[in-house]
Amino acid sequence: MAEKLIGQDIAPPDLVAKITGAAKFAEDFRAEGMLFAKLLLSPMPHGRVRSIDTSRALAMPGVIDILTADDLPAAEPPGERALTNEPHYVGEPILAVAAVDETTAADAIEQIEVDLEPLPFVLDPLESLRPDGPNARLGGNTIDGRELKSVKWTEADFAAVAEGKLPMGEPVQEWSVGDLDAGFAQADLILDDTIVHQSLTHHPMEPRSCMAYWQNGKLHLYGSTQSTARARVSLANSLDLDPQDVVFIGQYCGGGFGSKITMSPIMHVPALLSRKVGRPVMLRITRYEEHYIGRARPGFQAWTRIGWRNDGVVTAVDLYIVQDHGAYGSSGDHMSASAVASLMYQPAAMRFRGITVYTNTPPRSAQRAPGGAQIVAMLEPLMDKAARELGIDRVRMRRANAPDHDSRFGPNQGGLTSAYVREALDVGAEVFGWAEKSRLSGDRNGTRVTGVGVGLSPYVGGSSGFDGLMVIRPDGDLYIHQGIGNLGTHSFADTARAAADVLGMPWERCSVIWGDTSDHLPWSSVQAGSQTAHAHTRANHAAAMDAKRKLQEIAARDLGGSPADYEAADGRVFLRSSPSRAMSFGRAAERAIALGGEYSGRELPDDIHAVTVGAAGALAGQGLMGVAKDNYSHEGGTWSWVVGFARVEVDVETGEVEIKEYAGVADCGTVLHPRNLASQIHGGGVQGFGQARSQKWVFDPKWGVPFAHRLYTARPPGILDAPLVMDWGAVNEPDPENPVGAKGIGEPPIGAGSAAITSAIADALGGVCLCRTPLTTDVILAELEGRKQPYGRLDTHV
Amino acid sequence: MAVIRDMMPTFELLQPTSVEDTVALLQRHGERSWVLAGGLDSLDWLKDRVKRPETVVELGGVLELRGVRPTANGLEIGALTTLSEVASHREIVERFGLLSTAAGHVATPQIRNQGTIGGNISQDTRCWYYRGGWPCYRAGGNTCYAATPQSMNREHCVFGGSRCVAVSVSDTAPALVALDAEMVIRNTDGERVVAAEDYFLGPDIDITRMTVLEHGDLLTHIRIPSTWAGARFYFEKVRDRQSWDFALVSVASAIVVAGGRIERARIAVNGVAPKPMRLPDVENLVQGMPPNEDTAAAAGELAIRGARPLRHNDYKLPLTRNLVRRALRDAGA
Repeated sequence: MAEKLIGQDIAPPDLVAKITGAAKFAEDFRAEGMLFAKLLLSPMPHGRVRSIDTSRALAMPGVIDILTADDLPAAEPPGERALTNEPHYVGEPILAVAAVDETTAADAIEQIEVDLEPLPFVLDPLESLRPDGPNARLGGNTIDGRELKSVKWTEADFAAVAEGKLPMGEPVQEWSVGDLDAGFAQADLILDDTIVHQSLTHHPMEPRSCMAYWQNGKLHLYGSTQSTARARVSLANSLDLDPQDVVFIGQYCGGGFGSKITMSPIMHVPALLSRKVGRPVMLRITRYEEHYIGRARPGFQAWTRIGWRNDGVVTAVDLYIVQDHGAYGSSGDHMSASAVASLMYQPAAMRFRGITVYTNTPPRSAQRAPGGAQIVAMLEPLMDKAARELGIDRVRMRRANAPDHDSRFGPNQGGLTSAYVREALDVGAEVFGWAEKSRLSGDRNGTRVTGVGVGLSPYVGGSSGFDGLMVIRPDGDLYIHQGIGNLGTHSFADTARAAADVLGMPWERCSVIWGDTSDHLPWSSVQAGSQTAHAHTRANHAAAMDAKRKLQEIAARDLGGSPADYEAADGRVFLRSSPSRAMSFGRAAERAIALGGEYSGRELPDDIHAVTVGAAGALAGQGLMGVAKDNYSHEGGTWSWVVGFARVEVDVETGEVEIKEYAGVADCGTVLHPRNLASQIHGGGVQGFGQARSQKWVFDPKWGVPFAHRLYTARPPGILDAPLVMDWGAVNEPDPENPVGAKGIGEPPIGAGSAAITSAIADALGGVCLCRTPLTTDVILAELEGRKQPYGRLDTHV
Repeated sequence: MAVIRDMMPTFELLQPTSVEDTVALLQRHGERSWVLAGGLDSLDWLKDRVKRPETVVELGGVLELRGVRPTANGLEIGALTTLSEVASHREIVERFGLLSTAAGHVATPQIRNQGTIGGNISQDTRCWYYRGGWPCYRAGGNTCYAATPQSMNREHCVFGGSRCVAVSVSDTAPALVALDAEMVIRNTDGERVVAAEDYFLGPDIDITRMTVLEHGDLLTHIRIPSTWAGARFYFEKVRDRQSWDFALVSVASAIVVAGGRIERARIAVNGVAPKPMRLPDVENLVQGMPPNEDTAAAAGELAIRGARPLRHNDYKLPLTRNLVRRALRDAGA
């Protein structure tokens, strides 16, 4: 029998096309008679369209038509539409022009007059909470459940702002567990601080360009998405179409980081323009536009008080987060952050209070470890500060607080499927060489001082209950249909291994089918929240078990004996006691077609999703079908962990930081694909370095206009910002609630990278927590030189 | 009328193959023309439709603008020579390592392969108000948006502001100033040679341009005299990230030490003023002094005398002071 595929390094099937450039991304597609669209963006942070004069534009040769918000389906506030008559941020699209080429469309935009009535705007959440502060939305400045409302705090709440302390008025969200006062009473050390975390644009390398046309009532949309099957459904629902009338093509996705979980609102522009004009429409999104409409991570202005016993055990955590929400939707990063803090430090008593505040800044969405990545980068340096004061080794302190399999956390005190956090800390300390490296802390080499940091980062790593769908065709090969997207994580291929291993199928005889809903894709999880490695190893395992049962039954029927006497491997189903009594998979597929019924997919399980029913129905009769809903047990929350270790050198004369080495070690259950795991740990780590060090937003506060809308002004990290020495490791202990032991791993690496760096910089500064991100050169130098900080303690968007 | 950014408009593209033809075309098209070399500065302006030339004169075919030649008294570098070439050219590395080092710190390897030395020193400022198309003084308006009490100006100037507080961001410019380089400029009237220090203009002289180049002018060559060949060179650029970033502050120095004393010195800083700023007072101060920590400290303090920080860029004072210190300290190493 073949060696298990899980755990091996196998190149995914899209690799060659990506490297050679043969891969077609959304903007590479062309269609007969295709038009190009361009967007007109709002020049002001909040306003209302009084009138639009398009006469000159429409008179230009080559200009075909214009789409405005009036052509779009309505949305209830604070819902967002692709185009608007009330822009809530600079850069929000107001209308789109379709023309025979892109230059004509752009020139036409310049001939359009939009008369906008300026409305009050606000960039800083705290300004909106002041007694007379402006609201970013006419309907209010926060959301409570699904209700928009206006919350204003009192002057007294703002009394300590001048000293840099977060004002903490009436919260909208709150929860608590245990006795907070008793928790602090037990503490030998109590620290409190105000901490600011910036908002960050996602900046996937591929902007959300999309092309659409209609044929015989069906919408064909070529787009960039993290989750193909789900994008089709969300797009259909948003346009009031039957999902059967939408074909979504997105085989390659140049990154999303949570900004392309299903459809993007902007997909309505080519979809509806093309329906309006009866021709295909391509909308290519520029980097500049991507900054505005491409989503961002919410920033936090937070305050925390934490109590520790002398042995380093956390007794109580009090946390208040004011979240910068952007202008639309509903974002729960602050709530997730509170759950992560509770999980990481396991305080017997914890109180969380928070409010999310609308601002006239680009829309927020989940970004890789939403809430988690912020809070670990904010709190881990405080853990270090406590460890320093208590004289405890920092890794040991984290070990003392780490949860285990039986721990509970968060407002609902939910449990875990598994938690190998102490093991990850141990392996990490070994891989990084913590015992020796931590002794380098504070070492001076000329003007450079060494800092060593450690950052722990958990995040949700799996959901369940989705469908698997596969066919063994008469050619004897296994065709695994995947509804998840090709985000770049390789999970569309790696999770198929669970099916191959169940059937003992060599990888070269497996075809993964993905990325085009006309290829009949099953109902899937969104490829977000690190769900897929867990959810779709389960779903593929379940469907493969279904296929295996059918193989055994067909073999027993034709070759005698009982189904249970048969095993499947290497493309054959054979009698265990006499392996020469066998049937090839190809023959079994032919027999399945002849037998019909459930064997060929003519009859389907009752519990699979309607989307899977549609896909399986189309594949019925092509071979032996494996199809099943994942009904495996899933008790407890599935969480994965990465611990990051970093050694940095801070130049005390310039404030520059050089990351000398980094190591990340994961608890993500069984390792599916080692090389891919390394790339997640390292890639997410580097993204975290940018979050800690350089990447940011800058707005002019008077005009509400952003400046960090180019890569060079937003300063995400590049490869030259990554150290030459990057190591990784994994605990590799199976999670008991997954048939192959897997947990997701996309999210935690970013927080580990960010927290390891904020921790290492604080260490280099002698234990000083500057309590903000990013820790840019100017901020560090002002501290080293004892000069006034360039920004106020609570300042955002600087 | 509405504005659209990041989308190239149409223009007439002219691609001459000689300097003579180039200056003739620039003369003919005057203010409606734009000189395009590597394009790293130009294409941003054009795509954002903030600068809207009718005619773009592209220099790629003018081969006589490329390459490095020895002269009787040093080297002559064609303005179209790429930054990668300048960074790795053997003779520049051996004799004028200050320039090759500075060129090697520009942006990224890809940008250095495309960007030219002439373009690097002639590039416009990166003030985000000005580049964003705001109607500021530099753009012909009547205000500076970067110097109000609320402005975002961490990357703006601490010296030399005059209705405009934008800075020069070239990495090679301070190196060329420190090397006493000369710029060779051609137009249809002939050739003129300008000292590097005089090539750059502050807003007090002309707020609409960063260099002496006027419409019709073409920078053809950069001459480096052997004056500073073999001196002790120091270049350092401080930035927020290592990938594609402009200097917050940079320093370039050429120092000759003899008998334990500084015989002569040239020191320039950039990122702190609207043009690369030579520090003659510091040069005078350190002449004859030993290149030790005391000299370095005094030089650093003198370097920032008279600096006037804006709301968010006070850090540029200690940063400039410390970089000048390091340049002097290095001379004694």
